[in-house]
Amino acid sequence: MAETAITVEGVRKKYGGAPALDGLDLVVRRGTVHGVLGPNGAGKTTLVRILSTLVRPDGGRAEVAGHDVVKGARQVRFRIGLLGQHAALDEELGGFQNLEMFGRLHRMGARGARRRAAELLVRFGLEDTGRKAVRQYSGGMRRRLDLAASLITEPEVLFLDEPTTGLDPRGRAEVWSAVRSLVGGGTTVLLTTQYLEEADQLSDRISVVDHGRVIADGTAGELKARIGGDRIDVVLRDGGLLGAARSLWPLPGDEVSVDVDRRLLSAPVTDRMAALSGVVRALEAAGIEAEDIALRRPTLDEVFLHLTGADRNVKEAA
Amino acid sequence: MSTTFAHRGPARPAPVPGAHVLADCWTMTRRELAHWARQPVQVLVGLVFPVMLLLMFGYLVGGGRGVTGDYLDYLVPGMLALTMAFGLEGTMLAVTRDLDKGVIDRFRAMPMADGAVLVGRATADMLQSVLGLAALTGVGLALGWRVHNGITAFFGAVGLLLLFRFAMLWIGIHLALVAGKPELVQAVQILVWPVGFLSNAFAAPDSMPGWLGTAVQWNPMSRTATAVRDLLGGPGGEAGHVWAAVVWPLALLAVFFPLAVRRFGRLNG
Repeated sequence: MAETAITVEGVRKKYGGAPALDGLDLVVRRGTVHGVLGPNGAGKTTLVRILSTLVRPDGGRAEVAGHDVVKGARQVRFRIGLLGQHAALDEELGGFQNLEMFGRLHRMGARGARRRAAELLVRFGLEDTGRKAVRQYSGGMRRRLDLAASLITEPEVLFLDEPTTGLDPRGRAEVWSAVRSLVGGGTTVLLTTQYLEEADQLSDRISVVDHGRVIADGTAGELKARIGGDRIDVVLRDGGLLGAARSLWPLPGDEVSVDVDRRLLSAPVTDRMAALSGVVRALEAAGIEAEDIALRRPTLDEVFLHLTGADRNVKEAA
Repeated sequence: MSTTFAHRGPARPAPVPGAHVLADCWTMTRRELAHWARQPVQVLVGLVFPVMLLLMFGYLVGGGRGVTGDYLDYLVPGMLALTMAFGLEGTMLAVTRDLDKGVIDRFRAMPMADGAVLVGRATADMLQSVLGLAALTGVGLALGWRVHNGITAFFGAVGLLLLFRFAMLWIGIHLALVAGKPELVQAVQILVWPVGFLSNAFAAPDSMPGWLGTAVQWNPMSRTATAVRDLLGGPGGEAGHVWAAVVWPLALLAVFFPLAVRRFGRLNG
């Protein structure tokens, strides 16, 4: 069996003249979770739709589970599961009816489909609601059923397109644990997300996508090293002391950001705990009162600022 | 737990192209029937609506212009044809709802037979049309309408009506795929009314101004209604017009069936 589960070479796709994918390359190793991180409109969904055979690429080549997504579309469909951004369920039918139908379409036979449907409902804690119409499900329940539907075949490759967007923290935790248990079973997962945190938590490797291309690629650790790791936010009681507080950091100008309106300083840190105690001590010594101090992951905006620098700002201004 | 999800890899049976076409079409038809079971009221309303129209035109409006003979004998075949024409709306709504909900995406990412989605739609809609014809015929008979030319002619007429419905079905699928969203369907729905009423369903074209009468006569629905009247022996039937009720729907099918299938295939554009 091949080592790679997904190979994408120079894939291009235009929608109404505007390129959604502009020569994207990607390699995903079998049995790993690969995060595709990017802002809205970066081309993440287009990539997933091409890899799951829903959309034909204009150019380039893509293989999933050893088959070309255009020429071997049917073969690919036998081997993939897809969780799109919006629930792909029959809202009028019940959970059991949905799963049974998808099982039948996957050639499980009537009995096999019923057995698999019952099994998945239990697995996702939906056994009590299996008869209720999906229309009446809560957002989290719908997402779980959608995930169950994408696992109907025990897929070799699973595509998750922003699986936790719009979910509450509990729903998010449920999806994350489901993804982790899948990977234990040998499934390859390609996951798109707007959240660095999510890519970090779940992925073995991450590709950062912008304007239809991969602009950075690596493990979460490698990427963090490139984008400067975590940050510390300090909110001062007295906004007038921002200048004094700023001078506590011996860093060049644009490394530390100052937000006057929110009385906020934000600086990169390398060692989280040492930075926290260091900042507290330095503020005390300088006699500056802090209202709040917090460590956090860089936001997607900050990641992009680092990876694309001024280039992006110029493009957006244009 | 990991055993639940471990993929079977090469042990999975190799897919045979073209093999499970019937099974997939049946699965998709089952889905539509399950919708009926979930929403019996909607199905009922769909059946009652043409009956209501029949009662309204038969008793409230009472008699069509330019119709000689028993108006019920004229009206019932017209209503049967009109019901088939209005089936277009149901088809469009169902298709656009599917497109809007994203469930079509899941179907398309599955190794199911090409076109099973459309076949399921078509089968369910044709079944509903048979029910609609049965309901309308039953009420018509209860009101005193009679088939004059025997049972063979009656089934011939039913065949013509269903052929017309089949053509409307594929027009509906095509228009739904072009429109895309349920909101746009409402606009198209309005167009169904003039097409339905610019026909000889309720009144004889001879009674209308020249150009309107001509348009009405050319309406494919009028052709079907005329042929049905002819077969059932009611007023307004013209002998030898059955061929038009066969040719017109076939011509529409020849245009819209390939268009709809091609449009469906282009969802991956």
